[in-house]
Amino acid sequence: MNRRSPWLWTAGFLAYVFLYAPLAIVVVYSFNDSRLNAEWVGFTFSWYEKLFHNEKMLRAAWNSLVIGLVTSAASTVLGTMAGYAMYRFRSRLLPVLVLAPIAIPEILMGVSLLIFFVLLNISLGMISIILSHIAFCVGFVAIVVRSRLAGMDESLTEAARDLGATPWRAFRLVTLPLIMPGVVAGALMAFTLSIDDFVITFFTAGVGSTTLPLQIYTMVKVSVTPEINAVSTLLMLLTLALIMIASRLSPGALRAD
Amino acid sequence: MTSGAKRNRLHKWLIGGPPLAYLLVFFAAPVLIMVLASFRFPGEFGGLSPVFLEDETGTHLDLTTESYGRFFSDFLYTELFIKSFTYAAVTTIVCLVIAYPLAMLIARSPKKHRDLLVLLVILPFWSNFLIRVYAWMIILGPQSVFVRALNYFIGLFGVEPVSLLYTPFAVIVGLVYVHLPFMVLPLYANLEKHDPALLDAAQDLGANAWWRFWRVTFPLSLPGVYAGAALVFIPALGIFAIPDILGGTEGIMIGNVIKQQFLDTRDWPFGSVLSMVLTVMAIGIAGLAAFVGRRQRT
Repeated sequence: MNRRSPWLWTAGFLAYVFLYAPLAIVVVYSFNDSRLNAEWVGFTFSWYEKLFHNEKMLRAAWNSLVIGLVTSAASTVLGTMAGYAMYRFRSRLLPVLVLAPIAIPEILMGVSLLIFFVLLNISLGMISIILSHIAFCVGFVAIVVRSRLAGMDESLTEAARDLGATPWRAFRLVTLPLIMPGVVAGALMAFTLSIDDFVITFFTAGVGSTTLPLQIYTMVKVSVTPEINAVSTLLMLLTLALIMIASRLSPGALRAD
Repeated sequence: MTSGAKRNRLHKWLIGGPPLAYLLVFFAAPVLIMVLASFRFPGEFGGLSPVFLEDETGTHLDLTTESYGRFFSDFLYTELFIKSFTYAAVTTIVCLVIAYPLAMLIARSPKKHRDLLVLLVILPFWSNFLIRVYAWMIILGPQSVFVRALNYFIGLFGVEPVSLLYTPFAVIVGLVYVHLPFMVLPLYANLEKHDPALLDAAQDLGANAWWRFWRVTFPLSLPGVYAGAALVFIPALGIFAIPDILGGTEGIMIGNVIKQQFLDTRDWPFGSVLSMVLTVMAIGIAGLAAFVGRRQRT
């Protein structure tokens, strides 16, 4: 029996409109030939052109890219190890430490890392941002990898071991290729999380290490120009592409959180 | 101990050790330092004063509960927590009202469409947080087509024009928008598992659509409701960027004051006290949700 009444259809449809309309508005205004986010005046690419001549913006994009790549690489290695350890061995502490950074309000992690870096005399900048990003990305990778391991046929690794492979060889030649889609999905998620992070970066950034979200924040607070719409549209496209690839590689991975 | 068990132990530490060590240093240690910081004196030029104080009697620990005293003696901060709590609670309820029909629609759609419909809920969540908040700055701003149309409409009834941006209303809208997927996903995960035969049975027994919902679907979905409520409430409580961008002076929340204590006033011990209270509240809510959820199941 069909249990989807017209009421349900309408309410569900409106919820999707609520989710997408604001983002659509940002995209539409990025092509609007007006300084104000009000009437539609005409089509233009000029905000995108301005963007590519904006030194600060380019610098911020570069910083974000570097931080994202290093964070992604490091948290993929650590997260895969954590996911494997959580799947294979019984541990009380590791799951708590892996999940806690995801569960607590972000601001707490931001301010505690700020105190930590200042007390240890680690100057705030690219390094402190990367170290902080890794700390919250490890958990996401670990969850994806562990769910991939849980869906794997255990007997394949056992067969490799019975045939005389060392544990490391069995892992490298059998387990790793099998969980690879999960590992790559985790790497893409970590990159996306790092590129998009605002709160933790806000507290751990220093002079000269402005990232894209920090640059957008400054522009939103100080002077709103349609350049924000343009950079937002590009950032959305990038995230969309990465997340589509990640969800193809590891269906259900995105539901991990 | 057999050599196999010993080797297993070694593997456990080789594989689990590095991520464990990393998170101990860059997550657990900073949090513990913050706990300690809440008992320290503020430094002369901001930050923290030294933990050990040297005087003629020797070196001793220089800790205090002064910042906690300040928190509990000044009602201003308690009020701020109550306000943030209220905002988070309203956000949770609005999210539930919007998310429930959506989750139900997805759960009752043909199996082949469900994954796509879920992905459509998650995608906005993966776009940049600031962009999603900024979008509402456009929509609720005084120049926006939406606000001008609204003001024209209410003007026909002789109502004074309203401004929506920089109000508590704008903060709630932003909070709901950003946290909605956290409510939809656990609800959907729960609703998907319901046996449709139960609804058929209720219908055969004469229950109309309204009764079927309140007596069958909703009680069964409560674990999903609690999970979603915790996932929305906890992050919403600590947020600072949404009130910062959409709230103006009237709409500030506890997160804004924490940010201010750390970056502007630079009174770190007091900022740490506020963070500790926030942590205790977050853990309390999470514990409550888990407890109620478990009681529901038995």
